[in-house]
Amino acid sequence: MIVWNAIHETLRQLRRNPMRSMLTMLGILIGVAAVIAMIALGRGASARVGNDLSGLGQNLLFVVPGAPSSGGPPHRNDAPPFDERDARAIQREITGIAGVAPTVTRSGVAVYAGQSRRTTVNGSSAAYFTVMSWHLATGRLFNDAELRVGAPVCVLGQTVRNALFGITDPIGATIRIGNISLRVVGVLAPKGSSSFGQDQDDLIVVPLATHQRRISGTHDVEAIFVSARDEAESGRIRADIDALMRVRRHLHVGETPDFTVRDMKEIAAMVGSITGVLTSLLAAIAAISLLVGGIGIMNIMLVAVSERTREIGIRLAIGALGRDVLAQFLIESVVLSAIGGIAGITLGLTGSYAITRKLDIPLEIDPLLIVVPFAFSAAVGVLFGYFPARKAARLNPIDALRHE
Amino acid sequence: MLMSMQRVSKLYGEGESEIAALREIELQIDTGEFVALMGPSGSGKSTCLNILGCLDVPTRGEYLFQDVPTSRFDNDQRARLRRRFLGFVFQGFNLLPRTSAVENVELPLMYRGVHARVRRARAMEALAQVGLAGREHHSPAQLSGGQQQRVAIARALVTDPAVVLADEPTGNVDTARAREIMEVLTRLNQRGITIVMVTHEADMALYASRVVRFLDGGIVSDVRQTPLAIATAEGAAA
Ligand SMILES: Nc1ncnc2c1ncn2[C@@H]1O[C@H](COP(=O)(O)OP(=O)(O)OP(=O)(O)O)[C@@H](O)[C@H]1O
Ligand SMILES: [Mg+2]
Repeated sequence: MIVWNAIHETLRQLRRNPMRSMLTMLGILIGVAAVIAMIALGRGASARVGNDLSGLGQNLLFVVPGAPSSGGPPHRNDAPPFDERDARAIQREITGIAGVAPTVTRSGVAVYAGQSRRTTVNGSSAAYFTVMSWHLATGRLFNDAELRVGAPVCVLGQTVRNALFGITDPIGATIRIGNISLRVVGVLAPKGSSSFGQDQDDLIVVPLATHQRRISGTHDVEAIFVSARDEAESGRIRADIDALMRVRRHLHVGETPDFTVRDMKEIAAMVGSITGVLTSLLAAIAAISLLVGGIGIMNIMLVAVSERTREIGIRLAIGALGRDVLAQFLIESVVLSAIGGIAGITLGLTGSYAITRKLDIPLEIDPLLIVVPFAFSAAVGVLFGYFPARKAARLNPIDALRHE
Repeated sequence: MLMSMQRVSKLYGEGESEIAALREIELQIDTGEFVALMGPSGSGKSTCLNILGCLDVPTRGEYLFQDVPTSRFDNDQRARLRRRFLGFVFQGFNLLPRTSAVENVELPLMYRGVHARVRRARAMEALAQVGLAGREHHSPAQLSGGQQQRVAIARALVTDPAVVLADEPTGNVDTARAREIMEVLTRLNQRGITIVMVTHEADMALYASRVVRFLDGGIVSDVRQTPLAIATAEGAAA
């Protein structure tokens, strides 16, 4: 009953100083909203990354030149590049492989009928499409003859197709990249943007030989993508590729390799740990703003106690015990921060909804994400309200009554 | 004996600047008395009243309430004693601002754990006793000085205290309002409630059954008298 009365009193106090109460709550509101938004965002982002990576297929591996570095991308320095023979060796020597795609990448400007677009131009083998989980929307993929002779043909990603052709049918049309002409034979089904915000459909694929001869102008291969027939075997295949490449690149036993083999599980784990760290970092920063909000509450409660010293004197004279006064101010600060907390939760959730919508990442909300910040904001109220409340409770009634 | 002060001294400050607000006071007050504490400004009346009301503690000496020595009481014990036996009316109407009359009167009941509905009924009744029926929902700012002081009296009597302690209850109101307040206090006294009142005004002291005079922290006279008879309850409320 005392509690109910205290809440009633508190609401009256809050109405008495609406501006001040609102500003005080704003501190908590922003803190709670930030914590929720950051965590929801971080979780959404890692879920999205996980989805994307598993969309690529858990059975994907890749080999690139350069010594492996822990965590980050391989060191490239002056490691010798791969070429198509390395890819063929993998295909030939290692069992359990579904496809091998030696790949070269350049950026270039594609032009068609006055429309142009800067995009990524990949050259690869027929296996590229299965290894990278691409599906065909219209047209066809490359045939063996085109691949062998390096015919001037290409397959467009959806974004490039839209940019150059709009609604007209691109199949059979000829586009230009620099001074070479390529005939469009197919369009890929869209994949959407990746977790890192990069548009995966913004690409053009040409046969490897075409790319090497007419675009990149080298026989090098920048990466070899390999897909395992069975996901469970990717570990073994990785080890086999490693051994094979050591032999082909004449490395001694125990020598640091000048190439790197990775499988998707590793990449997923790596990215997962990065987004995890990022999420905790963001949440920590948000938590600091909650702390600042708490200090705001403490400040206002100290002001309230000194403003209402006389009132406290009256209450003590007419029958309040120290703990009644303590409870009153404590409840006041808890109500203040809890209202701020509820508003913060609402704002945090709508904010996360809007942002995840915009960034096209899944909204991951579990009840904990609501309960914990609420409990936390109430705890902030208790924590930061306690000192001012105790100050009020310990007032000597006579001194309080005399207070001007 | 209801209240008994034994060689009570109250000192403020230290060393050179030490002031004795009370010097070895001996004062006994019995149940049912109506005591007026008088004397010039700074003579120690308020200090004495505050000690009687357990709001303040003597520096030396012993104060017994219902024969229980209180010098070893802690803050909580004093608060409980006030809560159980005492009602206060201060000079300058100590009401909570922006809080209606009836809510002000309910406050002591709230701290005594009285149920909300009973609380409201008793507060209304107490306000009616001081002639404020119909003004229950006015805030202090909407009431005159005399009315505010009567709300304060209602707040003091709503708990059925053994003693009502009033520090210059008529200090801030005109003579006619002052009389109304004194009549309310007299009627409380007639119901058996002990009243101790600080006043500057001889007119107001006429309502008391005993007048104690202070000078320089000491008692200089202690006189019993026949209190001024008052009109009937209807007359007072009018
Ligand atoms: N908190 C205090 N600190 C220092 N001196 C005090 C304090 N309270 C009271 N005094 C001193 O004690 C003396 C008695 O004060 P008290 O308030 O009891 O007088 P009073 O008789 O009620 O006077 P008045 O009629 O003006 O209210 C005064 O000299 C006053 O200055
Ligand atoms: Mg005084």
